[in-house]
Amino acid sequence: MAEPREIDATEITRVVRDLCIEINYKVPEEMVRLVKRARELEESPLGRQVLDLLIRNQELAAEGEYPYCQDTGYTVIFLDLGQDVHVTGTDLYDAVNEGVRQGYGDGYLRGSIVRDPLFDRRNTGDNTPAFIHTRIVPGDQVRIQVDAKGAGSENMGKHAMLKPADGLEGAKEFVLQAVADSGPNACPPGIIGVGIGGNFEMSAVIAKRALMRKVGQPNPDPRIAELEAELYEKCNALGLGPEALGGTQTVLAVHVETMPTHIASLPVAVNIECHAHRTGSRVI
Amino acid sequence: MSVEVLSDGRKRISAPLSDDDVRALEIGDVVLVKGTVYAARDAAHKRMVEMLDRGEELPFDIRGQIVYYVGPTPERPGNVTGSAGPTTASRMDKWTPRLLELGLKGIMGKGGRGPAIRAELQKHTAVYMAALGGGGALSALTVRGQEVIAFEDLQTEAIRRMELEDFPVWVVNDCLGRDFYAETIRPWRKNDLLPEALHVPTDEWAGENGGG
Repeated sequence: MAEPREIDATEITRVVRDLCIEINYKVPEEMVRLVKRARELEESPLGRQVLDLLIRNQELAAEGEYPYCQDTGYTVIFLDLGQDVHVTGTDLYDAVNEGVRQGYGDGYLRGSIVRDPLFDRRNTGDNTPAFIHTRIVPGDQVRIQVDAKGAGSENMGKHAMLKPADGLEGAKEFVLQAVADSGPNACPPGIIGVGIGGNFEMSAVIAKRALMRKVGQPNPDPRIAELEAELYEKCNALGLGPEALGGTQTVLAVHVETMPTHIASLPVAVNIECHAHRTGSRVI
Repeated sequence: MSVEVLSDGRKRISAPLSDDDVRALEIGDVVLVKGTVYAARDAAHKRMVEMLDRGEELPFDIRGQIVYYVGPTPERPGNVTGSAGPTTASRMDKWTPRLLELGLKGIMGKGGRGPAIRAELQKHTAVYMAALGGGGALSALTVRGQEVIAFEDLQTEAIRRMELEDFPVWVVNDCLGRDFYAETIRPWRKNDLLPEALHVPTDEWAGENGGG
């Protein structure tokens, strides 16, 4: 049996800290490309004006002075932990949260998390705790993806336990209605993450993971890629347009993930992402 | 008048606003806001209404004023503000009528207001305007000053007096009870591509809770 590779927890803290700062100022290059493309495709003059403003906002934020959006989000962390890794020094999740604390402090990012949803809505001040999704994977590396997820779009998420008889058409309709319902609150044009299958919580988790995919990259399953293309066209037929002020560019991409489900179930989750898509990853 | 019509059709406004100023603003107008506004969002609204319930005065004289739904990022040393884009307006619906009763004239946020708040805007001759959602960096450039005036413990949700220089917004709900979203979206909808049952519920958007 191979010796486990030791990774000091401070290394994980440093990577999380750096990613928190980077992503809040500089959106992924696919977002820069896709917003420019939407600007070329947009038919509404007002929509084009809005997209021009969003392009300027991207450029200004990338200079590193002002975060892209004042809602610097829930910090969602995806950890792919190699099973041959031994994390030393401190508790892994403490190390991740310390990275968030440092990143949000050093990066002049807003703390947006309250201690308790009902009984104590005091701001923790440093955006902790992060919401952490861990997978144990083969190998001796750790992949860390950080996502700063704005609440405007997150609050527009929808979930349903459809009937198997609702089928593909039912799932499509549910997704389209969720996007129609989201309106200006979700800050379009954004990305639509869809999770179909699994059970109650897994459909939501894979919808979120769908958003973590490189933006605009189709699902490798050609049937799902076709569904993504159809939903993209139909979402843009809704007419919401940029900031829902009317237009042809409501979404930049639709990402769908599926997984096996129960004979009695057809769970569908829609996790909406705004134009402020802030994510990045590193491998240690 | 605190409303100035510019040569390109945009309108520049400054608080305090009179009823006549508000009547000069129509849905679809592009408005540049100059001068003082008060930043307040969820937690500050809750506290303000609790103060009113106890018979106390608000931390600022709200008559004729503009309230901006924003929670900025912390400012870097040497800067007057951090990013400062709008948050979803409809989350404030529960508290908004009380402030309109006291003479609040202008509101800035993200998204629209539903029929109930539109009726309140009409009743009290007030206007709701939407700023660029998610454009926090750009918004920061038009903030000339800010000072926390109440509820400092609420951090980003404290009440701030902000000084703006031509902060751009769109009039979404005017004092005639109209809604800009309903009108501006209609021409772009392609029904032939959409399921029959599908509807774009512009009125209900304002009932959704949003964020930012």
